[in-house]
Amino acid sequence: MTTIAERRNAAQHDSPGQPGAASNRPGRSKARALRRRRILVGWSFILPNFLGFALFTLVPVIAAFVLAFMHWDAYNAPTWAGIDNFTRLIGDDSFHVALANTCLYALGHVPLTLAIALGLALLLNQKLRGIAFFRVAIFFPYITSLVAVAIVWNMLFNPTTGPVNQFLHLIGIADAPGWTASTTWALPAVIITSVWRDMGYYMVLFLAGLQAIPHEYYEAAEVDGAGRWQKFWNVTLPSLRPTTFLVLVLLSVSSFKVFDLIFVMTQGGPGRATLVLSQLIYQDGIINGQFGYSSAISLVLFVIVLIVTVFQFKLQQRRER
Amino acid sequence: MSTLTSDLSSEINGDIELGAGGANGSGDGRRVIAPRGGRRRIRSRVGRILMYVVLSVLLAVVLLPFIWMLSSSLKHDAEVLTVPIQWIPQTFVWSNYSQIWQQVPMAGYLMNSAILAVVITFLQVLTGSFAAYGFSKVRFPGRDALFLAYIATIAVPWQAYMIPQYIMMQNAGLTNTFTALILLQAFGAFGVFLMRQYYVTIPDELSEAARIDGLNDYGIWARIILPLSKPALASLALLTFVNTWNDYMGPFIYLSSNSLWTVQIGLRSFIGQYSAQYAMIMTGSVISIIPILVIFLAGQRYFIRGIATSGMKG
Repeated sequence: MTTIAERRNAAQHDSPGQPGAASNRPGRSKARALRRRRILVGWSFILPNFLGFALFTLVPVIAAFVLAFMHWDAYNAPTWAGIDNFTRLIGDDSFHVALANTCLYALGHVPLTLAIALGLALLLNQKLRGIAFFRVAIFFPYITSLVAVAIVWNMLFNPTTGPVNQFLHLIGIADAPGWTASTTWALPAVIITSVWRDMGYYMVLFLAGLQAIPHEYYEAAEVDGAGRWQKFWNVTLPSLRPTTFLVLVLLSVSSFKVFDLIFVMTQGGPGRATLVLSQLIYQDGIINGQFGYSSAISLVLFVIVLIVTVFQFKLQQRRER
Repeated sequence: MSTLTSDLSSEINGDIELGAGGANGSGDGRRVIAPRGGRRRIRSRVGRILMYVVLSVLLAVVLLPFIWMLSSSLKHDAEVLTVPIQWIPQTFVWSNYSQIWQQVPMAGYLMNSAILAVVITFLQVLTGSFAAYGFSKVRFPGRDALFLAYIATIAVPWQAYMIPQYIMMQNAGLTNTFTALILLQAFGAFGVFLMRQYYVTIPDELSEAARIDGLNDYGIWARIILPLSKPALASLALLTFVNTWNDYMGPFIYLSSNSLWTVQIGLRSFIGQYSAQYAMIMTGSVISIIPILVIFLAGQRYFIRGIATSGMKG
């Protein structure tokens, strides 16, 4: 921030009015004037967006990091807290529950979505009349309004008369789960809903990856006598590795950030069965006004997301070596 | 961190060419994801028919919640959760679709959602494409470091800074206004990122030729780059519109008066108030989806391309 401000000031102070002061050679001052003009032109393009971005995104991001080390709630003035907020986290039961639920959610959501999205992409990567219609239709849940999705799935998961359990009864499962009404099955219910919602999005990413694989690879494999499975294992999967990595990173990050779908579907319940970190931040920060403490939870969330991303990045690097 | 984001963006850059290639191929939506490699060619007619059967079953399973939603919206409340399931209503209760407007201020909710979505989309596309020009076509010191700051904030979860944002808005007295939501969402880094990735693929020779013809940078942006980037503009506009329309947490945190509520908030509170009116709730859900469906069907190739090229907004 400061460097940017300084640079802007510098750009303004070096106005074309006093070019001779720095150098007497006209060629050099002309080059400097051109450079200054570039800076001004560049900034004039960026500024309208940057003003909003700096004020409403960049400053809050930096503030969040500072707030995590402060005592501050809606009733008292802010004071420096050091690591107090973090020691309090260690003893906070709700934090433990939310952390565990978030990890469990990611553990279910990431592999399931990855596998299903890849499967769909492989199935829909064919030369077939009307295939685009199928792709578009499967993508549609991803852009449907979240509230509508949550409402419908809540009803589908109704323990006694919901279509899901009626189907389970039909195929002979007498003791069907209570889904969103049960503390053990609420999280799986939420995971199923979110996999259904997200799979089309990641399928599109995989389709893009699949279509980037040169056809010559498959022809070469066929010459070598490779069957369908061998081609899949030795050509498709290795060539898809960059896409798989991207999907894995995006999926993990979105899993740890999960909030609105769960919030609308179960509001974290029953009890605290589906309470996740993001909801805890919202509850402590905006409802209870504990700005400092909730920012500490935010920082933990950010560090988790960062660690997961860097870990996957390192793993990818090692495999490529 | 920096290497990570640059790697991600280079990966995304790689995808861009694919999207653009598809775009040049044909204006037909079907061609956006044109099979190039890795496809299995199905030769026999039986195999092809079998494939259609498999795909249709798959489609039915995926779209089942929507079918159920639509069918329930045309029933009486008591008929929604019956054993066994009635897929087709015994009598079509069309009156649900006329009564809902009296029962909840649905028209007002739709209006509020539309206002927010249009204003935010307009500002995001305008300032995003303008800034993207500065980031891709003008060379000046500090530019790349600044762009990195943009990308880095995309990596920070929104939840992590929602508290400072809220405190700011509270102190500015902007809670419970559209202004708060517009300010928070219209200048996102995502729009700049998406547009910049597209502008990088436009050859510099074009803008240099225009410069020789006497256009300055603003003229080049308006007359050369903007017309060339219509597909990317469409992608960004549609993604932003749909995201704003579907946003729940933003309006939920900032808008407390009923007269400002969006469709999403209105619908959610509707369940709280009339939890047993299943059919009417489904009617509201269908109405909330229809605008998205229309926009999606009209511009689906831009959606798919926007996502395939950016791989962001997760």
